[in-house]
Amino acid sequence: MEIQYTRYTEHNPFHPELMRIVRRHTLTEDVKLFQVRPLQRKRALSLDYLPGQFMMVSVMGTGEAPFSISSSPSRPGLLEFCIRSAGSVTNALFRLKENSLIGVRGPYGNGFPVEKMLGHDLIIIVGGLGAAPLRSLLLYALDNRDLFGKLYFLYGARKPSDMLFTDEFLSLRERDDLVPLLAVEEDDTGKWPCHSGMVTHLFKHVKGINPERTYAVVCGPPVMYKFVIEELLKFNIAKHQILMTLERRMKCGTGKCGHCAIDYTYTCLDGPVFSYWDVLHMRELI
Amino acid sequence: MKVVRILKENVPSFAQIIGSKWELWGPVRTKGTNASKPGAAGETHTHVYQKVTDFSELDLAATRTIIPPKIFFHPPYFNMFKFSLHGYSEELDGVPSRVIFGLHPCDIHGLLILDKLFTREYPDPYWLTRREKSIVIGHSCVPDDKCFCLSTRTHVVEEGYDLFFTDLGDFYLVWIGSSKGDDLIRMAPDLFEENVEIRDIESFIEWQKWRENQFTLHIDFTALPDIMELKYNDPVWEEIALSCLSCGSCSMVCPTCNCYNVSDCFYMHNDEGERTRCWDSCMLKEYSLVAGGHNFREKRSDRLKLWYTHKLQAFISAFGKFSCVGCGRCIETCPVDINVKTVSQALRGEDVDAFWKRLALRGAK
Repeated sequence: MEIQYTRYTEHNPFHPELMRIVRRHTLTEDVKLFQVRPLQRKRALSLDYLPGQFMMVSVMGTGEAPFSISSSPSRPGLLEFCIRSAGSVTNALFRLKENSLIGVRGPYGNGFPVEKMLGHDLIIIVGGLGAAPLRSLLLYALDNRDLFGKLYFLYGARKPSDMLFTDEFLSLRERDDLVPLLAVEEDDTGKWPCHSGMVTHLFKHVKGINPERTYAVVCGPPVMYKFVIEELLKFNIAKHQILMTLERRMKCGTGKCGHCAIDYTYTCLDGPVFSYWDVLHMRELI
Repeated sequence: MKVVRILKENVPSFAQIIGSKWELWGPVRTKGTNASKPGAAGETHTHVYQKVTDFSELDLAATRTIIPPKIFFHPPYFNMFKFSLHGYSEELDGVPSRVIFGLHPCDIHGLLILDKLFTREYPDPYWLTRREKSIVIGHSCVPDDKCFCLSTRTHVVEEGYDLFFTDLGDFYLVWIGSSKGDDLIRMAPDLFEENVEIRDIESFIEWQKWRENQFTLHIDFTALPDIMELKYNDPVWEEIALSCLSCGSCSMVCPTCNCYNVSDCFYMHNDEGERTRCWDSCMLKEYSLVAGGHNFREKRSDRLKLWYTHKLQAFISAFGKFSCVGCGRCIETCPVDINVKTVSQALRGEDVDAFWKRLALRGAK
């Protein structure tokens, strides 16, 4: 008797796909934007994902880590990852030159419920590196502008030199179909053309939203959430319409390795996007 | 399900026939010191799964092995794949075909729980290949003072095995759980009797009743998920954390712990490298550490809560049942008596006889 077993290896979900670093841009002192492209043109154009999803990026020989996608699926062809050098994988990525190959698998995670969000007003609130996942949603909304209501984009950084995508975001002020509010806590250049202070101070400029038809989306350092959510609740936005995307240690992205488990969820499968209601009824989330 | 009968004296011949075709593995009694319980009187012994050449080497009367049979399907350390400039190569072809003899109902339940986890959304090729290339033969058991599978309702098992042998004195009733199991029987048809008679059934019922009466440890799990929710901030967690060594032994021996870490390494002699998977434990401090230095579970009590709420509360929401199978390995292994028994007793407000409790009481004085 011969035991039959299937060759799962042909679709091994743990094999990273080789992709090329097309360009690297320096965003701040320790943050770079990597533009990455699958090797085949057809694959590059068909690769689909949702804003808020993430991918597992490998530097073979060093390791693998999760990164949220900063580009928007409305602009196919290139994947963008906004990466701060903080650990072994990111440091190895920073050493790679343009045209190097890296391993990528995914996309993983739930992403933002964009279909539910259509027709709603959006308030996007970003602190620091939180721009990495939320830029994807912002670009998605801008590229599908008619499908959303009012659009507020609030971004707080410590200093002008800490802000990501500064030129891109500053140029949003030329548009009249969204309200970009960009704040720095401390303007060491003396030339910052926008707001100053904490991101929470920007809420006074948010006017005339209909809370029942509004989604608020938050991403930033852990300390930021409490204060931002307080502000959002003042607008009477429902708890399940306040969304946030969270960071966790991950080794698989597929709900197996266990590291991202929180209560009965796995951040990699059921997150990384959670609502404020989730935060309230699942401890440990933020 | 088809049930057949085999005389005990015929089992070695059957094992020899299947052993000529596959590697035969099962619990083997080894001399050992019970390091976790220093001062335990007398000579101690343990059981481990080993490859055997002769059936007589197996000790089917073993209550439990130190490491559960997850070790066969989710090895503690293995190469996922090799990588080079030319792509990936798999290590899966090297997975041996094994017959694993002597898994108890709790062990099989452990595999069924891990099956759910490894086969959902993104089926894991490493688990699946090993599972499919192995033959699982269950064996009935008699509980000791650490077994509580009656309380977790995992003392009987209806699926997840190819054959299951129930020891009824001078013969076995053999449940055939899969087509693969049926093929095994067909390899030695003369050794088995198709006719199960009424007195065999009676002795099975008799034995079943007798076995249930052998349980001395009963853990009340009623409403435990709710109690865990209500007592999430109870000081008892800090009391437990005071003794916890964060050694991760509980995860190593738990049949349903599957957490793993992944690491890469380059070979020195060529341009190839390998990606490996090795067991991890949420009890270890680095478990929830992210790049940049933030640790989501810096406190030992937070890690303990994760372990216990994951198994006894959260898993029910996700998969409909506990992920504790009552095997008693945590009771046997934890050097400071932190285990499903003492933690659930403490959460219920019952008296607890445990090292960690005594230490906490001494600290309070």
